[in-house]
Amino acid sequence: MGDYIILAISCILINNILLAQYLGNCPFLGTSKKMETAVGMAMAVVFVLVMAGVLTWAVNTFILLKFNLVYLRTISFILVIASLVQFVEMFLKKSIPALYAGLGIFLPLITTNCAVMGVCLINVSEEYTFLQAAVASFAYAVGFGLALVLFAGVRERILLARVPRPLQDTSIALVTAGILSLTFYAFKGMV
Amino acid sequence: MAKTLAQEFVKGLWEEVPPFRLVLGLCPTLAVTKTVENGLGMGVATTFVLVCANMLVSMLRKVIPGKVRIACFIIIIAAFVTLVELLMQAYTYPLFLKLGIFIPLIVVNCIVLGRAEAFASKNNVIRSVADGLGIGIGFTLALGSLGAVREIFGAGTITFWETPIQLMPASYQPFAFMVQAPGAFVCLGLMLAVMNLIGSK
Repeated sequence: MGDYIILAISCILINNILLAQYLGNCPFLGTSKKMETAVGMAMAVVFVLVMAGVLTWAVNTFILLKFNLVYLRTISFILVIASLVQFVEMFLKKSIPALYAGLGIFLPLITTNCAVMGVCLINVSEEYTFLQAAVASFAYAVGFGLALVLFAGVRERILLARVPRPLQDTSIALVTAGILSLTFYAFKGMV
Repeated sequence: MAKTLAQEFVKGLWEEVPPFRLVLGLCPTLAVTKTVENGLGMGVATTFVLVCANMLVSMLRKVIPGKVRIACFIIIIAAFVTLVELLMQAYTYPLFLKLGIFIPLIVVNCIVLGRAEAFASKNNVIRSVADGLGIGIGFTLALGSLGAVREIFGAGTITFWETPIQLMPASYQPFAFMVQAPGAFVCLGLMLAVMNLIGSK
């Protein structure tokens, strides 16, 4: 049990997917202008990432490794993720319309979110067991959400600040992300 | 407004150069630019995928049904990424190890899918190839220059094929911040600001 907690903490804080592993940065900058969209994106990622992590782990273990098809990993993973996202979208639309309305346009965007694909690949390359993969996927997703929501909060404040013209918009956002990344850096060596 | 072939090519080098003008494909930009060599390697791999995917998407643009086009594009891209992965594993193994999971992640690089969707699915083959080549070379140059800034300040040297070239005086204390994660964000942000400054004049 203790091992899983340590794994979770290291995935959320120390190896934070956005700020330490540089994955999923496009939605990080794209959806962090408003708190509302940031929360929507964070929820959608948690939802999809856990399922994608578990599913791709199963595909890798029971199909790719078993039949010696490892070279098809990239194609099969992206197919699993793309169809999963499509499926989740259809399922939510039909059975939980409130949640569907909340996640809205963020769901289809997740297909090309490299955080999802990245975590699936990390799970495989670290040779996690099933439970470890599930815990790591969830923890990475929580880390993504945490960083995204924190960043959105900071960015809403920047809107009120006077920023020199060349630094406006994306540029100042990246510098801010660097400072945020620096704070997460402090967690290094904790575990 | 129709553009000539040369214009399609050149626009990728400055006007629409990713990741500065089109803020797409940030993950590889931030992750692999610790050194110039990694940055250029990643750029070349992405360019290859970009050109091939653009070409095939453009050839098949009248065959692919509109509703499932994104899925089709992704499969085409994934096929070329697998090709690059295997080629790099065979011929440039050290680089393959250094770039790690970022090679399979070219699949989800939004630049590639973005060009397929925004350009190749609407234009003919030759123009699509020119567009892919332009954007790809622009991306490679961007990665190379970001890598150069980070490596020169972060390590004081530039390493090509395992032979470091000393660029800073020997007394230079490497600024380790630049090669770490926070430095990547700050450095890219500042480069963007410089681009804006030059562009606004």
